[in-house]
Amino acid sequence: MARLTIPERELMTSGHLGCPGCGATLVMRYVLKALGPRIMLTVPACCWAVMSGAFPRTCVGVPFLDCAFEATGASIQGLRAGLDARGMRDVTVVGFAGDGGTADIGLQSLSGALERGVDAIYVMYDNEAYMNTGVQRSGATPWGAWTTTTPAGREKGQEKKDMMRIVAAHDVPYAATASIAFPEDFVKKLEKSRDIRGPRFFHVLAPCPPGWKYPPEETVRLGRLAVDARVFPLYEIDHGRYRITRKAGRRTVREYVEKQGRFAHLTEEQVAEIQRRVDSRWAKLESLEKATAEVHA
Amino acid sequence: MRTTLTGNHAQSLAAKLARVQVVSAYPITPQTTIVEQIAEFVASGEMPAEFLEVESEHSALQACISAAAVGARTYTATSSQGLLLMHELLHWASGLRVPIVMGVVNRAVAPPWSIYADHTDAVAQRDTGWIQYYCESNQEVLDTVLQAYRLAEDPRVLLPAMVCEDAFFLSHTFEPVDVPTQEEVDAFLPPLTLPYALDPDRPARLGSYMPPEQYMEHRRNVAQGMEAAAEAIGDVERAFFERFGRDHGGALPLFACKDADAVLLTSGTAASTARAVVRAMRADGLKVGLAKLRVFRPWPVEALRELAQRVPRIAVLDRSFTFGFGGALFQEVRNSVQSPKGGPLVRGYIAGLGGRDLVPEMLRGILEDALAHDEPDVSWVGIKEGTAWPA
Repeated sequence: MARLTIPERELMTSGHLGCPGCGATLVMRYVLKALGPRIMLTVPACCWAVMSGAFPRTCVGVPFLDCAFEATGASIQGLRAGLDARGMRDVTVVGFAGDGGTADIGLQSLSGALERGVDAIYVMYDNEAYMNTGVQRSGATPWGAWTTTTPAGREKGQEKKDMMRIVAAHDVPYAATASIAFPEDFVKKLEKSRDIRGPRFFHVLAPCPPGWKYPPEETVRLGRLAVDARVFPLYEIDHGRYRITRKAGRRTVREYVEKQGRFAHLTEEQVAEIQRRVDSRWAKLESLEKATAEVHA
Repeated sequence: MRTTLTGNHAQSLAAKLARVQVVSAYPITPQTTIVEQIAEFVASGEMPAEFLEVESEHSALQACISAAAVGARTYTATSSQGLLLMHELLHWASGLRVPIVMGVVNRAVAPPWSIYADHTDAVAQRDTGWIQYYCESNQEVLDTVLQAYRLAEDPRVLLPAMVCEDAFFLSHTFEPVDVPTQEEVDAFLPPLTLPYALDPDRPARLGSYMPPEQYMEHRRNVAQGMEAAAEAIGDVERAFFERFGRDHGGALPLFACKDADAVLLTSGTAASTARAVVRAMRADGLKVGLAKLRVFRPWPVEALRELAQRVPRIAVLDRSFTFGFGGALFQEVRNSVQSPKGGPLVRGYIAGLGGRDLVPEMLRGILEDALAHDEPDVSWVGIKEGTAWPA
């Protein structure tokens, strides 16, 4: 019989205020399962600042400090320093921020925290736009996507910001992508990172039904498709060594985009262009895996 | 122990004596020597604190807020643009009720660039829920940092506090300072006990969303903390006097105001010059006095109203400029002391911006002007009229 790899404990209760089918709720749930209960969360402005519930209720069963939108990197360092000063060294600090709070407005403080080697885990849950404010373009919005600020006909004309490369440039001990559609992979990476000291970064794809315009029951399937179409590859960078953690799957970009209203306006040429970009990134990733394996051999 | 210290080193030494646990700062002239000294204290092992060299003032204050949220005693320091960059976090700190103490070296705001004394940086933060002390001497700087911790951490208060000192006039000027022993400071300032500190054994959320049904009560609660601070300032001064044998006169120390025909109200190092001017004018038979605004927040409305019952004229010297009718201190004094039933004449004077010297003749001129007029007015003092700007 297969071993159950997802911890049974639940530190997130029912009653969250997320939309039906919200991928970000699953990100939180798995983070808490893998890392809780001796953790302390800090969360900037993002969907999760609302979804936890209004005062005095919260569906998150660990300490939760709201912080300024652009300051999660500073907040994790402050928490770490405060906990160390108070002798609570066993508590793991977790910054939990969206793509806007990480890739855009929070990039400076994140970079500062990574450069300073802060001993904390940073989770970027990526729904690929400012979803909490109603689907505006972010640096993490993919090329060709509709948002309310990049309407069809003027859809996003720039590539998605590659946070993993930015983080890797800081030579952090551990960085990984993960998906709510592959919880075993996600939890395994979280558990692995827990015992590493220094900054650890997670880029987690969190499909968003209202923002991506698909039916709520498709969230996990769409998350799976993103990985298997290689739009969002699962990999880790462990002390500089790249390792792709899911290679199987030969789905196409077309299958992925045609399920989402945010890509409904794309022409055949545009879909083909995305496929070319995806293939190119995958090839680079494979070569990085190969090259770093040789270096670390 | 009597020694000589700059205002900045008085800040650093006070932070060490206060047994600060987390220091987070970003460099800006003329604040830098505060944190350089603390870095040396930490490096030598004299000060067992976590020292965070962050990448901006914004991050400096966020790191202090987060460290304070788990119950650590925190300190930071900044000036001018750095304080302006912190503006958002100033609100976060007071809203979360974390008793951070911050040294502010008052420096002019750009543009144009200026590194010299001017209170606009801190005065512009008057609405952020921070206690604000303004100091006149380096002794006062050291003592006030210690007092600020005791006040900020008072369970009735739980608000952050700024301890302001004038750029260069205090920050880089050596003065004799009586430095208390660690034992004396420990007896005055017990370790921080934060009632709402985040704790994994009691999971809770700090900073939650609040709907319209709750938000106003929370703001009122913060306001009540500030009102409690107005009461507690006197208690802190008394406790300080009992322990160290000196105090600094509370929120609005008065000098020669009893029978005064006109009182000059100002803050910071201008008060020292003003005191000498008042003495000289008294010697000439002019009945003038000085009200030193040591605490700008909480606003000492009761003390001002008492003063207003005794004196017919108040000349308010703002070493800052905020856009509106007259300086910020002027506006608030006038709002506090005037009513339909009357009140003293309040005249506003803006002077000493961007490090411009506030010389005795200037302050004497202000008091003489206030004595000679019966109408409220606002004027800029020491302006070189006809300054030609390049076309």
